[in-house]
Amino acid sequence: MNHGRRILWTRVAFIAGLVGLLEALCRLHVIKPLTMIAPSQMVQELIALAWSGELAEPALQTFIEVGASFLFSVTVGGALGAVVHALPRVRRTLDPLLASWYAVPFFVFYPLLVALLGLNVLPLIAIGVVFATPAMMLSTLAGLDRVPRVMHKVARVHRLSQLQEVRLITLPSAAPHLFTGLKLSFAYSFIGIIAGEFILSGGGLGYGISYAYESFETPKMYALMLFVLLIALVANGVLHVWDRRLARRRGLA
Amino acid sequence: MSRLTFNRFADSLILVVAILAVWVGLHAYAGDSAISAPATTFAFAGRLLVQPSFWTHVAATMEAFALAFAISAAGGVALGLVLGVRRFAGDVAEPILGSLYTIPKVTLYPLMLLVFGLGMSAKVAFGVIHGVIPIMLFTIAAVRNIPPVLLRTARALRLAPVKTATSVLVPAAMPEVVTGLRVGFALTLLGVLIGEMFASQRGLGFLIINGINNHDVRMTTAVTLLVVIFAVAANSLLLAFDRRVHHG
Repeated sequence: MNHGRRILWTRVAFIAGLVGLLEALCRLHVIKPLTMIAPSQMVQELIALAWSGELAEPALQTFIEVGASFLFSVTVGGALGAVVHALPRVRRTLDPLLASWYAVPFFVFYPLLVALLGLNVLPLIAIGVVFATPAMMLSTLAGLDRVPRVMHKVARVHRLSQLQEVRLITLPSAAPHLFTGLKLSFAYSFIGIIAGEFILSGGGLGYGISYAYESFETPKMYALMLFVLLIALVANGVLHVWDRRLARRRGLA
Repeated sequence: MSRLTFNRFADSLILVVAILAVWVGLHAYAGDSAISAPATTFAFAGRLLVQPSFWTHVAATMEAFALAFAISAAGGVALGLVLGVRRFAGDVAEPILGSLYTIPKVTLYPLMLLVFGLGMSAKVAFGVIHGVIPIMLFTIAAVRNIPPVLLRTARALRLAPVKTATSVLVPAAMPEVVTGLRVGFALTLLGVLIGEMFASQRGLGFLIINGINNHDVRMTTAVTLLVVIFAVAANSLLLAFDRRVHHG
């Protein structure tokens, strides 16, 4: 525990040092103000933006899109993973597709999705789903593969019903991998959607950044970039802590 | 044995036919203004492949990609080895790297342009920020999963640090590192293409964004097809190599 705390504080100090260095470089104009504003100014700018209410609308749009994409990919990806796991032939057929899924640069399909779904939030959610679902599917497959065979035998010995087996045996054994799937689904939904907003000019935080950049509003641009960074950090931190807690519980059980 | 190969072949065939069917369906639904039909696209791609001007774009992309991947691979593996061996530093760094991996890196593109300017170096930098982190993360995990007895043996034999790295760490960590390089390969390509879409007048990414802006659907679809074929082919080769080092 003590060791863990030492790691945490070193990490905090390291990040604080980097931010401090950046602050100094910007304040001393080693980095030109046109290139980058100091971190403290980014924070001020972000607070001003939030206070004026300008932040609320794009942030809300992005949150709704990411939430929709995340929920959809987790449920559909999980379900598809379970179905494909039960059908080895289908799995073998899909294997090359899944293995090279993330080698395909998907952002090139944005214009196609706009043509299919119209110029609204749907293509943005769709790109998040396309990006995130296979990750959940692959994690589900990996999780189900790692349920020890002896556990299924235990279930049969105890005459568990199908539902009980899933609840008491399959889910707990596959949990670490499913959790990785959740983490990846969130990350990929977030990345896909922000990138989509950026490229398609579809509103939301990504569009806000590209608009601020094109109209030379450098401070606003950095404030929004900081906000996106903070969301990613907070979400990651929460999932990291939750993962640790689950791992500890497994250790105790 | 031959029956198994035949089954594999049949499975791949079914997959290809299914993808083509989806493509035809999309074309039927969305029309020529969104995506061109498979036959037209293949014909157009075929014509592109014999044009010298197309190959200068390919060369521009490949040059940036080769440079970016070389930097990502060398930097990622080297830093990953150090952070993997130094347990404390690794523990401090890993969640930071994980968070950096989650950031939508497209948002950093204005920063990249401001720092590197338009052109080659921005493209390469974009590829590197996409590719280097997964390679580092895989390498750290690879080093940590090395059985401790190997490292104790190295210490017992009093190997110098460099000798330990070349004859113990690298061979033992190799399979996982190859997986990391495969993931990094795909992401570096993605990063370079995104960089070209915004920060360049040359390369395949530029052809795609130019096609989008000029409503040249055939060009966009054909270049996309060629990029996807290249990415999938390269990934399959690396995957085969990956499986060999894992089981060899």
